[in-house]
Amino acid sequence: MSLLEVQGIARAFGGVQALQEVSFAVETGQIHAVIGPNGAGKTTLFNIISGLLRPHAGRITFLGRDITALPPHRISRAGIARTFQTLALFENMTVLENVMVGRHLRSHSGAVAAALRLPRQLHEEKRIREAALGYLSSVGLFSKAEAPVSALSFGQRRLVELARALATEPRLLLLDEPASGLNPRETDDLAQLIRRVRDDSVTVLLVEHDMSMVMDISDEILVLHYGRPIASGSPAEIRADPEVIAIYLGGEFTGAAC
Amino acid sequence: MNTGKTAAGILLLTLLAVAVQVGASVSGRDYYLTQLTMAAYTAAVVMGLSLLVGYTGQISLGHAGFVAIGAYTSAFLSTAPLAHASGTALGKSLLRFHVLASRPELYGDGTVVSLAPGLAFLAGLLLAGLVAVGIGYPALRLHGHYLAMATLGFGLIVYRLVLGTAFLGAADGISSVPPLPILPGVACTGEPGQRIANYYIAAGFTLMVLLFLLNLTDSRTGRALRAIHGSERAAAATGIDTAAYKLKVFVLSAILAAAAGGLLTFYRGSIGPSDAGAMKSVRYVAMVAAGGMASVWGALVVGFVLTFLSLRGCFGSFDDAVFGVVLIVIMSFTPEGPFGPLRTLVVRFRARRRPALANGESEKEIPRVVA
Repeated sequence: MSLLEVQGIARAFGGVQALQEVSFAVETGQIHAVIGPNGAGKTTLFNIISGLLRPHAGRITFLGRDITALPPHRISRAGIARTFQTLALFENMTVLENVMVGRHLRSHSGAVAAALRLPRQLHEEKRIREAALGYLSSVGLFSKAEAPVSALSFGQRRLVELARALATEPRLLLLDEPASGLNPRETDDLAQLIRRVRDDSVTVLLVEHDMSMVMDISDEILVLHYGRPIASGSPAEIRADPEVIAIYLGGEFTGAAC
Repeated sequence: MNTGKTAAGILLLTLLAVAVQVGASVSGRDYYLTQLTMAAYTAAVVMGLSLLVGYTGQISLGHAGFVAIGAYTSAFLSTAPLAHASGTALGKSLLRFHVLASRPELYGDGTVVSLAPGLAFLAGLLLAGLVAVGIGYPALRLHGHYLAMATLGFGLIVYRLVLGTAFLGAADGISSVPPLPILPGVACTGEPGQRIANYYIAAGFTLMVLLFLLNLTDSRTGRALRAIHGSERAAAATGIDTAAYKLKVFVLSAILAAAAGGLLTFYRGSIGPSDAGAMKSVRYVAMVAAGGMASVWGALVVGFVLTFLSLRGCFGSFDDAVFGVVLIVIMSFTPEGPFGPLRTLVVRFRARRRPALANGESEKEIPRVVA
C-alpha cells in the first residue's frame, strides 16, 4: 500500500481549471518531487492534500484512509505536516515558541491544567520545550531559540518552518518550494537536511523550482503542466522524457542537471 | 515558563492593593474605595477581552452586551418576586436549602421571596455562555471579521431590548438588588459598612482573573491562541482546531464579562441600560488596544486606571472623547502599548549582556512583540 494515494483530483478557480485528473502515489521512505512551470497547479495540489482547499473531484487516501474531506487540523493529526511557499510563521512569537506550537499535537494539557499550574502540566511544558529545542538544533538554529522570528534572515525563517513541521512528528512532510529565496550554499545544506529527514523515516513530497536540487535528491518525480500530469518517473526517466523536454524543460534543464 | 515572574507580579500587586486601601482609610478618603472597586470589575472585563482580541485576534464589538446579560440576569432573578412560593411546601424546602431567598419588603412589613442571589449570578454566567455559543458558532467558522459584525449587532440588540422591556425596568433599569452573600457576614453589596470588604472582594476577583489569564497565555493553549492570531492557516496545518479554540475563547471572555457585570450589579445595587450601550463596548476595545493588545498586564493597568479616572469624573463631559484620544495617541506613538518601549529597552539591555544570542541583524531590528 502506498503512503499517499491521489486519485483523479480536479479543482477549478472560476473558469480556470487549476488541476484536472491528477493521480499519483507516494511510497513510504521516498523523496517525491512535483515540478512544473509557474501556474502548473503545484501549490493548489499541496493545499488540497493538506486540507486548506477542497477538491472538486477526486479522492485522497493516506495510510489507506480517506482524508479528502477532512479539515486541516485533522489531516495534520493523521500525520501530514507542511511548510508554505510564502512563509507562514507566527510573527508574534519567538523562534522557540514557533516550534513549540509544532508540539501541539503531541501534548494534551488543557486550559484548566494550565490555569492551575498542575504538576502534570508543568512537566509536559518542560518536555515540549526540550523537544522543540531538539528540532531547532536539528536545523541548526539552537542559538536563535529566544530571538523573535522577525529577527531572522529569510533562509533561517524557512528552517524555523521546517523545524515546526518536523515537531509534529509527521509520516509525510510536504515542502512547498523550500529552496526558493535561498542562496546556492543554503540550498545545498537544505538538500542534505531533506535527505536526513527522509533517512529518519519521514516521507517527503516537495514542490520545487530548483532543478539541480530536485534531480539530485528525488526518488520519483511528477511533472505537472497546466494542471495535468504529463510525466512521472525517476530523475533519469524524466530527464530523458521527450515530452518533458519539448513542452517544459527544454535546454535549461540539460544545462542545470547534467 | 514565567511562573516565578507571575508569582512576583501578583504578590506585588496584592501588596499595592492593600497599601491603597490602608492609605485611603487612614487619610479618611474611604469613598475612593467605591470607584476603585468598580474600576477593578471593569478591568476584569478588559482582561478577558484582551485574551480574545489581543491574543487570538478576534474582535468583539459587543462585550457590553455580555456585561449586561450578567448584570440584568443577576438583578432580575434576585429581585423578581415569586409571590406564592413561601406558602407551599416545595417553596419552604427551597427556602431552607437557599435556592430561594426572602428579604423584607421595601415598602411594607411583609417579606418578598426571590431566587437566591448566588443562583441568579450563576444563571447570568450560563446565559452569557449560551448566547456566546449562539453568536460565535456560526461567525467563528468563517475567516475574517464576521465576529466583529455579529457582536456589533448583538450589542445594539441587547441595548434596545433592555431599554424597551418593561420587566427589566426599561429606561430606569432594576434597583434595590439584594446583597450577594460570599462568606458568613461578608456580601457583595454597596452597604457603607461593607465598603472595605467589597474592595477586597473586587481585588480578589480581579487578581484571580489575572492569575488565570497569565497562566493560560503562557501555556500550550496560549500558544495555540497566539498561533491563530499569527497565521490561521499555519495554525490549522500544525494541528490546531482553530474554530474550536476561537469559540472557546469567545465564550470564556463572554462569561468573564458577565461575571464582572453581575458582581458590579450586586455591589451597586442597581443596573441601568447605559451599561449595555454600544459606546461601552467600544471603550472596552479601546482599553484593550491601549494596554498593548496582547498583554494581560497592560489590559489590567489601563482598564483599571482609565475607568477609575473616568468614574472620579476627571474627564468631565469629554468622557467618551478621552478614550478615543488615548486610543489614537497610543496607536500613533507606541502601537505595542505603553509598556512596549519599556520591554524593548529590557530586550536591548539583555542583548547587550548576552551577545551570543544577538547577531547583527537582531540588534538593528527592534523586536516587535505584538503583531
